[in-house]
Amino acid sequence: MGKIVAVTGNEACAYALKQINPDVCAAYPITPATDLMQRFSGYVSNGQVDTELVLVESEHSAMSACIGAAAAGGRVATATSSQGLALMWEMLYIAAGTRLPIVMPLVNRALSAPLNIHGDHSDGMGARDTGWIQIYSENAQEAYDNLVQSFRIAEHLEIRVPAMVCMDGFIVSHSIERVEYIDDADVKNFVGKFQAVHPLLDLEHPKSYGPLILTDLYHEYKRAQHEVMTKVPGVVLEVAAEFEKMTGRKYGLFEEYRLEDAEIAIVVMSSAAGTTKDIIDQYREKGVKVGLLKPRMFRPFPFTQIAEALKHVNAIAVLDRADSFGGYGPLFSEIAGAVMSMDHKPAMINKIFGLGGRDYLPEQAEQVINELIKISETGKVGAIKEYIGVRE
Amino acid sequence: MSKKFWETLPQGSVVLEAGSSAKFKTGTWRSMRPKWIEENCIQCMFCWMYCPDMSVKVNAEGKREGFDYDYCKGCGICALECPGKKGNKAIVMEEEGK
Amino acid sequence: MTTKALKLKELAKGEDRFAHGHRMCAGCGAPIVVKQVLMATDYPIIAANATGCLEVSSCIQQFTAWKIPWMHSAFENAAATISGIEAMYRSLVKQGKLEDKNVKFIAFGGDGGTYDIGFQALSGAMERGHDMMYICYDNGAYMNTGIQRSSATPFGADTTTCPAGDVIPGKLQNRKDLTRIMAAHGIPYVAQASPANWMDLMKKVQKAFEIKGPKFMNVIAPCNRGWRSRTDDAIALAKLAFETCYWPLYEIENGITKITAKPKEKKPLVDFLKPQGRFKHMFAPGNEYLLEQAQAYVDAQWERLQKEAAFWGEE
Repeated sequence: MGKIVAVTGNEACAYALKQINPDVCAAYPITPATDLMQRFSGYVSNGQVDTELVLVESEHSAMSACIGAAAAGGRVATATSSQGLALMWEMLYIAAGTRLPIVMPLVNRALSAPLNIHGDHSDGMGARDTGWIQIYSENAQEAYDNLVQSFRIAEHLEIRVPAMVCMDGFIVSHSIERVEYIDDADVKNFVGKFQAVHPLLDLEHPKSYGPLILTDLYHEYKRAQHEVMTKVPGVVLEVAAEFEKMTGRKYGLFEEYRLEDAEIAIVVMSSAAGTTKDIIDQYREKGVKVGLLKPRMFRPFPFTQIAEALKHVNAIAVLDRADSFGGYGPLFSEIAGAVMSMDHKPAMINKIFGLGGRDYLPEQAEQVINELIKISETGKVGAIKEYIGVRE
Repeated sequence: MSKKFWETLPQGSVVLEAGSSAKFKTGTWRSMRPKWIEENCIQCMFCWMYCPDMSVKVNAEGKREGFDYDYCKGCGICALECPGKKGNKAIVMEEEGK
Repeated sequence: MTTKALKLKELAKGEDRFAHGHRMCAGCGAPIVVKQVLMATDYPIIAANATGCLEVSSCIQQFTAWKIPWMHSAFENAAATISGIEAMYRSLVKQGKLEDKNVKFIAFGGDGGTYDIGFQALSGAMERGHDMMYICYDNGAYMNTGIQRSSATPFGADTTTCPAGDVIPGKLQNRKDLTRIMAAHGIPYVAQASPANWMDLMKKVQKAFEIKGPKFMNVIAPCNRGWRSRTDDAIALAKLAFETCYWPLYEIENGITKITAKPKEKKPLVDFLKPQGRFKHMFAPGNEYLLEQAQAYVDAQWERLQKEAAFWGEE
C-alpha cells in the first residue's frame, strides 16, 4: 500500500488535497503557503480533480467564498499563512459560529511588523479563540496525515466545525522529506462522501444563514459551540485509531516522548519537537530522566489528558514559538492551565524561541534541559519567562 | 433525557423556516392607518407594487382587496401613489385610535 | 424559460418571495427594490446579503423574510460569499451530484457594503466572471449605523459624520459613480434603476438573468430616516431622482450605453433636494453656490451620459 516519496510539506498537502478532491477551493497567494495551492492549481488545470477553484482577490474573500461554498453544501478547503490568516480573522469566527466544516492548512509564519516571511506560530496562536480546531504537525508526514484526518474530524456530524492543519513555514513547508503517501482509493474511502447539513442549494427547503441574534440567544449559541469542542477529542482519537489501522501510523491528542518515567519535561510543538527529541536522547544516555510532550491538538486543548501525562514530573519548560506581549507564551498559559488541576504542581518555566524563523538549535534544547535539571535539584525558579536564542 | 434549551438551537443559527417573519406582526408599529375606499379604486395595483410591507391583499383574480393590518406599518406610500378616480383618492391615511 | 409578462394584475397573483413581517422602517425603499427584483422572474434564486439595514431587518433570530435560500456572513463580502455559493453549485452540477435547475445568484448590498467596504470583493467577483448579479440598493449613506457619509453620499448632504456646520457645509465631495466603475470592468451587463420605474427595473432584471456571467445593477433606495423626508415619499423621491436626472435610468450591455427611460422634461435638481432635510442648509441664504455646484455636477453627468448613448446611437 501507498508509495514513498521525497517531497516538501506543501507538496504533500497539495497531494492530500488532490486525493481528497474537494468540491470547491478558494485561494490567494501568500508566502510560504503559496506553493501549496499553486501545486493544487496544477491538478485542477490538468483535470485531475473535480474542484472548482475560486482564485479570489484577498484572503478575506478566500474565507468568505469558502463560507458561502460550505453553506451551499459541499467539501471545501483553502490554505494560508500569517498576514493572510490575519486578514481572514473576522471570517474565521463566522466559519466556526456558522458550523461549517472547512479545512485549511495553515503554514505557520511570523506576523508583521517588522515584515518577516519565516516560520513561527504567531499566526495560529492569534486564531486560537476563533472556534476552529487546530492541529499542529512536526514534519511533512504529519502534515499530510493530519490533513487527511482533519476532513473526517471537521465533517463529523457531531462536530461540524472548521479545522486548521498547521505546519512550520519553510522548515516543513519547503524542506524535502521522506513521506509515505496513502493509496488514492484508501484516502477516498477513509475521507468518505461529504454529508451536507442544511445545504443552501436545497431549493425545496429554503434556509436563511446568518441571522441577527440578540441578547436573548447569543449566549446560548456560544454555550452550544463550547459543547461541540468538548466532543472533538473523542472524535480526533476515533479518527486516529481508524487511521492507524489503515497506515500503521499512530496519532493522539499529543505525543509523549520518553515521558513515562521522566522527572523533567519539555513541552514544545511542531518541528522543534524533532530537534528536542535528539537532545533528549543524548541526555537519557547520560542518565537524565527527561521527556517531551508535543501537543498535536491545540484547539480544543486537552487539559486533563495533558495533566495526567505530566503528573509525575518535577519541572516543565514550555517552549513557545510565539509571544503574547505582556503575558506568558500562549502554550505556556495552556500548560499552566492544565497543571492547575494537579495535586503536585511542578515548577514551570517559559522560553520564547525561534521567532521569525530564527533557528532552534540543539544548544538551546541543551540550555533548557540544564536549567530544568537545576530547578529540579534546587526547587528554585529564576525568571519564569525568557527569550532564548536571542542575540545579546 | 430532556434537552437543555441551548441544545435545541439550530446548528450554526440557520433559520430553517422560509418566510417565518410572517409570525412577527409589524402592524403594531402603525400610528397612521390607510383606508381603502373601494368606489374610488381603479385597480391600478400601484399600492400593491409599491408597498414595502407586502400588506395589500390581492384575491385569486389578481384584484386588490383590503389591507393586511397585521403587517402594514402605516407609511402612507400607497396613499401618496394612489391615482384615485376623477381626483378622488382610493386610499386615505387616518390617525390610529380615532 | 419564457420571460415573465410584466403585467401588474398578473404579477399580483403570484406569491411574494420576500415576506411581510420584516423590520425595515416604515416607508423604506429597500424592501420595495427586493420585492421587485424577486418578482421579475420565476427562476430559482439564491441570494447573499451584505450586513446592513436590509440584512439586519430581514433575518432576526428565527424570523426570516426570505422565501429563497439566503445567506449573510459579513459586511464587505457579499460578492465573495455568492462567488463561493455559485462555485459550489457549478461544481456539484458538473460532477453530476446536483441537477441543473438554472439557478440565479444575487448579492444584495447597501452603498456602504458596495461602494466602500465591499468594493474590493465586488470588483474581484466581477473580474472572475461568476454567473451572478450584484444589486446595490443605494440610499446614499451608512443608514444602518446611523446615517454616516459613504462614498455614495451626494455632494452637500448633511450626515452624522459630515454634518452641515458653520465651517463645513455638509459633504464636500461628489458621489462616486459606481455604475460607471462597474461598466469599466467590461462585464456583460450594468444597469441603473429605480423602484419608482418598476417596469424598467424588472425588465433590467429579466434581461440580466438571460445573460451568462457577472452583472451589476445600482438601484436608488430612498431612506426617509437618513434623507430626513416623509415616510410616504420613497417612491415620489425615487421618481424625482429620475426626473431631475440625478439618477438616470440606463444600461450598458456589452459596452453599449443605452438610456432606458428619459424624463419628458428635465426638472431642476432642487425639486429632488427640497423635500429632503439632509439638504436643508443648502437652501439657506448665502449657500446658493452649493445648489449651483450640485446642479452643475448633475448637468455634466447627464450631458456625458447622453453623449455616450448618442455615440452608440442608443440615445
